[in-house]
Parts: sequence; C-alpha cells; structure tokens
Amino acid sequence: MEKMVNIFLFGKKYSVPENLAIMTAMEYAGYQLVRGCGCRNGFCGACATIYRIKGDRELHACLACQTKVEDNMYIATLPFFPLVKQVYDMEKIPVNETVMMQLYPEIYACIGSNACTKACTQGLNVMQYIAYAQRGDFEKCAEESFDCVMCGVCSSRCPAGISHPQVAMLARRINGKYLAPGCGHLEDRVKEIKNGDFNDLIEALMQKPIEEIKELYNNREIEK
Amino acid sequence: MYSEKFQESLAAVEAAREKNIALEPTRMTAEQKDTVLSSFHPDYKTNEFSVLTIGPNKGDKVPKELAAMLQAHSRIKDAEIDLENPDYDTDVLVIGGGGAGASAAIEADEAGASVMIVTKLRIGDANTMMAEGGIQAADKPNDSPAIHFVDAFGGGHFAAKRELLSKLVCDAPEAIKWLSELGVEFDKEADGTMVTTHGGGTSRKRMHAAKDYSGAEIMRTLRDEVLNRNIPVVDFTAAIELILDEDGKAAGAVLMNMETKELLVAKAKTVIIATGGAGRMHYQGFPTSNHYGATADGLVLGYRAGAKLLYAETLQYHPTGVAFPEQIFGALVTEKVRSLGAKLVNKNGEVFMHPLETRDVTAATIIRECSERGNGIDTGNGEGIWLDTPMIEKIGGEGTIMKRIPAMWRMFDKYGIDIRKEPILIYPTLHYQNGGLDITADCMTTNVKNLFVAGEAVGGIHGKNRLMGNSLLDIIVFGRSAGQNAAKAAKDTTVGKLTLDHVTAFENEITEAGIETELVSPKLLPNYTNQKSI
Repeated sequence: MEKMVNIFLFGKKYSVPENLAIMTAMEYAGYQLVRGCGCRNGFCGACATIYRIKGDRELHACLACQTKVEDNMYIATLPFFPLVKQVYDMEKIPVNETVMMQLYPEIYACIGSNACTKACTQGLNVMQYIAYAQRGDFEKCAEESFDCVMCGVCSSRCPAGISHPQVAMLARRINGKYLAPGCGHLEDRVKEIKNGDFNDLIEALMQKPIEEIKELYNNREIEK
Repeated sequence: MYSEKFQESLAAVEAAREKNIALEPTRMTAEQKDTVLSSFHPDYKTNEFSVLTIGPNKGDKVPKELAAMLQAHSRIKDAEIDLENPDYDTDVLVIGGGGAGASAAIEADEAGASVMIVTKLRIGDANTMMAEGGIQAADKPNDSPAIHFVDAFGGGHFAAKRELLSKLVCDAPEAIKWLSELGVEFDKEADGTMVTTHGGGTSRKRMHAAKDYSGAEIMRTLRDEVLNRNIPVVDFTAAIELILDEDGKAAGAVLMNMETKELLVAKAKTVIIATGGAGRMHYQGFPTSNHYGATADGLVLGYRAGAKLLYAETLQYHPTGVAFPEQIFGALVTEKVRSLGAKLVNKNGEVFMHPLETRDVTAATIIRECSERGNGIDTGNGEGIWLDTPMIEKIGGEGTIMKRIPAMWRMFDKYGIDIRKEPILIYPTLHYQNGGLDITADCMTTNVKNLFVAGEAVGGIHGKNRLMGNSLLDIIVFGRSAGQNAAKAAKDTTVGKLTLDHVTAFENEITEAGIETELVSPKLLPNYTNQKSI
C-alpha cells in the first residue's frame, strides 16, 4: 500500500500518494487540467505554483510538474500572470541601457527586496540579472537569466511591478543578435550554398540508386 | 542518492568507469542493426498495429491508438456550424503554436499576408520548448550539405523523400543564421566559431546548441518575435475540423475554446497545420518525453479532409528517457549527454554498445539488454540501464556538466541525484512521430490544395527514423517555407463557398465500413484523471 499524504488544493483537502508531483497529484484527485500544464517537464513555465506548509510562515514557489507533494501542503496554482511585454523591432532598438529606460523603466524602481530571487522556481539570482539589465550589461543579464522558464512567479512577488522574464528576454535577444561574436564559417557556408557550390553533389545524391547510397553510408568516415 | 538496492550495481559501474572511459566500443554492422531492430524495436511488434479501413490510407498499418483516432467521429455535426459568418477572417491560418507554427507565422507576416495563430494551449507549449540537445547544420569546413544528407538518409533507412531531405540540409545553415539574427544565443567559442558535437548517427560534429535548453531558447525567441510583430495568437483554442471550400481547397477551420467549449469559425485563404507530434497517445503503453498536447491532432484533421499520411507506422522511441525516479519517469535525457562522452552501462558495469548509434538502434539495443539479456537494473518501476554521467566531468573537465547540460543537472538534483557524481537510470521513451502528412517540397499536402504542413506533423522528411537535431532544424526550415508559400498562395486565392461536406462524408464512410466506435477526435488532451499518469 502506498503511503498517502493530505494536501489542500485551493483549500480543499485531498489524500494522495506521497510519491506524486503536485501536478500528478491534482490529476489523481480528479482534475482534468487545461491551464497550468504544458511540457510537464520543467521547461515551459506553465505550471507555476505557490504553496505553504501548514504552520509555516514562509510561502514557496515551484513548478507543479517538478515538485513532490508534502503532507499538509496548501497549494494554489498560478497558471497565468499578467506580465508586461513591450513590443519592439529588433532591427531598430538601441544596443545600450537606453533601451531598458525606454521599454522597461520600472526596473529602475527596484527597491532591492530580493523577493524575485527568493521566489524563483529555477533558483536563479533574479535581482542580480535585473541589476545587470539596469546597467546595460546584457551579456551578464543573459547568462544569469539563461535558465528562466518565464513562469512569472518573480513578477507576482515584486513590489516594484517589474516583469523580470520579459526584461531578460530582451537582454538575451540583444546579446544573441548584437553582442555575441559573429560566426565566419556560418556566413561562408550560407554564401557557398547561395552560390550553388553544392548543387552538383546534391543533384548526384538525388539521382543515385539506393544501393549505391547504402554503400556510401555504411562506409562513410566518421569524425572522431 | 540511490537506495540500498542499487548499491551493488552502482559499485560495479564506478569500479569500471576508468576502463569504460578508455574503451572505444565498436559500431554495429548494417546486418547487426537490422537484427536488433526487427527483434526489439516497438515498430516491429505487429500486434500493436491496425489496418485502416477508411480514408486516404485505407489498407495501411498504423499504431492501433492512432487508427482509433483516425477512424473516430467528428466532434461536430455540420448543421451546428454557421459558416456564413466567420468569427475570424485571415489570409493565412496557422494551427499550432510551437516552433514550426511560430516560424511560419513570422514568415507569412514578413511576406505581407495577414496571419493568425490558433493553439489549444499557449504559444510555446510544444515539443520545441522541450528539445534539449541541439540543431544540426553542416556549416563547418570539414562538412557539407551532401554529407548531412547521407547521414540523415541512412539514419532514416533510406526512406526519406529526397526532395524534402535535400531542402532540409541545404537550408540548414541559413536557418541557423536566421535564428542568430533573431537573437538566439548559440554556444560559441570566443572567436564566434560554433561549438558543435556529434549526435547519434552523425559523421560530422554539426550539432549546434544553446546549452541543453536549445529548443527552449529557440522557442522563446520565436514567441517573442511573433508578439513583437503583433501577430494575433488565439490561445486555448483548438482546431477541431478543417473547413474546405466548394472546390476542395483548404479554407479555414472550426475552432473550439478549450475552456468554454464555444465553437468558432476561422476563414482563411490558406491553412498551415503545425500541430506537432503524438507522444501523449502513449503508443504501446510507453511513457513519453512530449508535452501535454502531443496527441496527433493534425493527422486527424488532415486525414478527414482527404490528405494522405506517409510513414505513420513509424515512431521514434528516444533511447534515454528517465527510468528513475518515478516522478520524472519518461522525461527526456538529452542525447547530448552521450555526445559529451557518457556511455551506456549495464547492471554489471559493462558498456554493451556504442553510445551514438542512431536512436532506433540504440533504443532497441537497450530493450534487448533489459529483456533477452537480463542485464537491466530493476528500478522498482520497470527496468533501466545506467547512463554514466560522471564520465563527462572526467573527459571534459570539472564544470562541463554545469556549463553544457545545466537542465539535466537541475532535473535530477531536485530528486537528490547529482549527475556529476552519480550515473542515472534510463529506458526508451516515446519521443517523436517520424511519419505524418505527405507534402511536396513547397510544404503543401500532395492532394489537398492550400493545405500546408510544417514540423512534426509532416511525414517523409526524415524517412523511418530521425537523427538528433534534425527536428529543431525541420521546424525552422519547413516552418519558414510553409509560411512563405502559404502567404504567396493566399495572394492568388479566391475562396469559394465554405463547406464541411467532407466531415459528413467521412461519417458516412465510418457507417458504411461498419466501424463501431464511440470515440471522437482529435483527441486534444490525454486524460490522466483519477489515475497515475505515465
């Protein structure tokens, strides 16, 4: 017999096996999820969840698909949070801190509560990456925020109304597009293909009898 | 931390680690591969397949769970739908909000068409988001699109449609360039050289990655670009039937709000199916690495409208799904773990195969090791094989795991397993739908005009097995192409009177064939209520 624990889904008590994640415990209890369930694997941020263990003061945030239930866990899912997403043209934005001042000026109102970092379901140093964004250090902001799944829990806890995941998204795109070093071999290859340099080789493969391609495949040299 | 029962086998793995790192396992011959596939690959279990008795692929075999959906009833009855007053009217309708759908929408918008995305969950709730390992492109000096072609053609058992595969490999470098210019952060050396690795079955190191969040990094960037372009995204809204016009051209879709169940009509000049895969169909009872909505919807929509399927009988079981702990059973352990040097080790600490054979061969060999050869490890929830992750730190140096596969570390760390120090237990998991709707090189279906397809819902790009990193590639290459071609076709299209007669006709076929079923399709979501999910 599996060991059961009591959990409280939106305040209502259910008894569920202790080895389940919060998401599967909700399904065990009978919920057919539509919202609040995406990849079920910790990558999409659809299942942001807030919980508190009875008797504890501290509120915790997590992803429901990645967190085991505990006895006396009070659970509320946060399937949507109204983040501010500014629209911009990547070809026209300034590549310095003025872009943040224009699009996300609220980051300069950060009061240093660190509530975002404490709430992050990925364990990221959210306040730090916002500090990098304030300074226009997009490379560091990108690196520090890279594992963000944009679940929005940080923003739900922010007294300054910052939409951290969207700030980081902008920083990563600026870094990827403008600050990361360009790639010579990629540019060269794109030009060679446009120039038709491989047309004959590909055309030959299009016509080649299957047996000959099998021969090619089974005896091809594999880079170490 | 592994409990007592694993310790004996763990000790054997640790004791053999140095020797196993040094070992260069031989690759299988073509004959050995054929033998292990036909004996152990799930695609060869004939009793798990049914023959379709109606529709464009009548007489063909598909997984029985898929057959049940393809030959199920529509969710609507013609009379209930008011086609005269559509709720949406657009040039290009994109069904699906994953990587292929987002790429298609961006390109259709770029081409000047009006375009909208409908998606049954949120934009980005897609297998793209979960792709970890990377994206292939032959952009290094020792590589070429022709070498990429041979790798993929052989890996797919020489069954790919060559015109689709040549497009895939020739447009690959341009796809990477396009993503870079959108701001996707690929792993690079200080001089801009791409950091690339092998995948199973590749003969050159052409796997580009963004740590082990490759798909997530691509997906969130594409999503951001869709939003920046103000492309309408109607989320939590599923397409449940295609609409044709009186000439038989695709001309829209009947939509259903997933929460209120309200039905809506979208009229369009062209339609792109970008609905993704089918892992949540749990073929043969396998767990899956796929997202919640992967239920083969696009295949059902297309089939009922008369579009043909190609290779729908071939599925990909990813060799390394999580076998333990059970909370993440079936979740993906990226192939990149093996690209970085981790080997597959049995309960006795023996390396039993080359870790980078193609996925179908690797999965079948793992199944053989656990079944016929009895060398699996009992996880308490089935069998598993060790994937010796600490090898990565020994080969690449301390810190390699945190730098290259942080998501893997995080996933296991939550359950008290530090993959830098301890190996992990894996077993094949249902991962990818190799087959799908049959298209020509312009992404249009071979027999329904103005119906385009991109991404995992396409069949024929990869043949009967897909190489790692060619799926992230195909969603970009074919997604973009579908968007461009659908926008172009929309310019020359006049939509005639809308009709759902094909739905009625299909219902009649069900009756005439004597199929007795109470099922409706598309499935839309799996049902995990009141049971332990897999």
